[in-house]
Amino acid sequence: MRAQFVLHEVWIGLRRNLTMTIALVVVVAISLSLLGTGLLFVKQVSNTRTYWQGKVQLSVYLCTSGSASSQCARNGPVTATEISQVRQELQSDNQVSHVAFVSEAEAYRQFRQEFADNPSLIRDTLPSEIPSSFEVKLKNTQADASQVSAVVNGAPGVDQVVQNSSVLDKFYKLLDGARNAVVVIAIILIIAAILLVANTIRLSAFNRRRETSIMRLVGASNFYVQLPFLMEGVLAGLVGWLVATGLLIVVKSLLLDGLQQYFPFNVQLNTTDLVEVIIIAMIIGLVLCGTTSFLTLRRYLRV
Amino acid sequence: MIHFENVTKTYQNQSRPALENVTLDVEKGEFVFLVGPSGSGKSTFLRLVLKEERPTEGRIHVAGKDLARLTNWKVPHLRRRIGCVFQDFRLLPSKNVYQNIAFALEVIGKPRRFIRKVVPEVIDLVGLEGKRDRMPDELSGGEQQRVAMARAFVNRPMILLADEPTGNIDPATSIGIMKVLDRINRTGTTVVMATHDAAIVDSMRKRVIELEYGKVVRDQSRGVYGQAY
Repeated sequence: MRAQFVLHEVWIGLRRNLTMTIALVVVVAISLSLLGTGLLFVKQVSNTRTYWQGKVQLSVYLCTSGSASSQCARNGPVTATEISQVRQELQSDNQVSHVAFVSEAEAYRQFRQEFADNPSLIRDTLPSEIPSSFEVKLKNTQADASQVSAVVNGAPGVDQVVQNSSVLDKFYKLLDGARNAVVVIAIILIIAAILLVANTIRLSAFNRRRETSIMRLVGASNFYVQLPFLMEGVLAGLVGWLVATGLLIVVKSLLLDGLQQYFPFNVQLNTTDLVEVIIIAMIIGLVLCGTTSFLTLRRYLRV
Repeated sequence: MIHFENVTKTYQNQSRPALENVTLDVEKGEFVFLVGPSGSGKSTFLRLVLKEERPTEGRIHVAGKDLARLTNWKVPHLRRRIGCVFQDFRLLPSKNVYQNIAFALEVIGKPRRFIRKVVPEVIDLVGLEGKRDRMPDELSGGEQQRVAMARAFVNRPMILLADEPTGNIDPATSIGIMKVLDRINRTGTTVVMATHDAAIVDSMRKRVIELEYGKVVRDQSRGVYGQAY
């Protein structure tokens, strides 16, 4: 095997249909980066999901003097007896693993902390407007939180029960939707990439039909005849992947890391996640370009 | 060296066979002319020897190998033992004389040292001394055909197939081409040459096999082209 000879042939092939090669590289790059973005979304969702597991799943907000709901308007702000009653009811429920009480003062402190960058909001909000609450953890994260919520919902002094999961579900739906859209586009582009690889190889085979016919005539092995074409496809795929890697790094650092500002806790994907996605993209790109080239060659470069 | 046994070849979508029940033997070191009008089956014969086509019926042995039993991936090894020359030369226009000949060795993975040694030898053999750096379009038809012959012979094949090698060349130059073919034949290489050129056949006095409508109508040693033409 003479590597220098094969590489020279590959170079000639890529140069001769430069426009096709560029189109191929661009399409491979975009399809791989979209696919990688989809994978990053999946990882992002599972990252946030893992965090929430074992965290508070129900918040039971208690009435304040400013509460607007009819329930609170009738009974007025929550009283100490009502608080201990609700606590007892929650603790006696066998689905509940942990109950924590957050007083008005504590809640207000958290509120100030979370909106520290929004002083006007803090100025306009009175401590009494931030309700005290019970933060409830469930034993079984998969359990139906609405059963527990029904136990205390409507009890005296309870303003409303918020299932954190339902808030998160909206967020997940958004992420899932974005991921699905990205993956669908990626699949369409991958089909386009496959067709482009096939076309590029066919064009290249046509451009070099003199060389290949002579190669076959003098008894070059199939492998030797096909290798330059195969490597052409794989090389274009590899360059496309390199571009995709750049795009994925941009997507991660500009788009996904931007999500961080909406969370009080760390949801940032680490470098390992990114490297993993990039490696998957490389494997997909190489397999895709290699197989397509190989199958096309079998059609156009028969013995 | 080449052994055909009741070989019939019918191409798809054609009712008349291109070769019909052909049985013949070409011995090692022979020089054979294959004559006959266009469409008589000369090219089909050559393509069958190279296993570019498969016979519809019959058996073919080339260089001791039964072609029917030769797997596809071994076909290249068969072709390394067969050199080919064509009417249209089939040189690579972007490569010079030396590179065109070296190409045949490069693509079968021969080491560079070997190539550097044998290519100049074969350039001398075909009479192109001092023209190794010329491009094909700087050469005459006869010289181009010599390059093609050098390329066909550089790997020392057992058989050389020539499909109307003088078809594009004037009679005076053709004599030179025939001398090279004769020289190659004298090294022990079997030569099979398909041709229309009566003058050449008559002057060489070699074995002549005449095909007509795919059948062998004449096979004579030291023959001539024939009266009918």
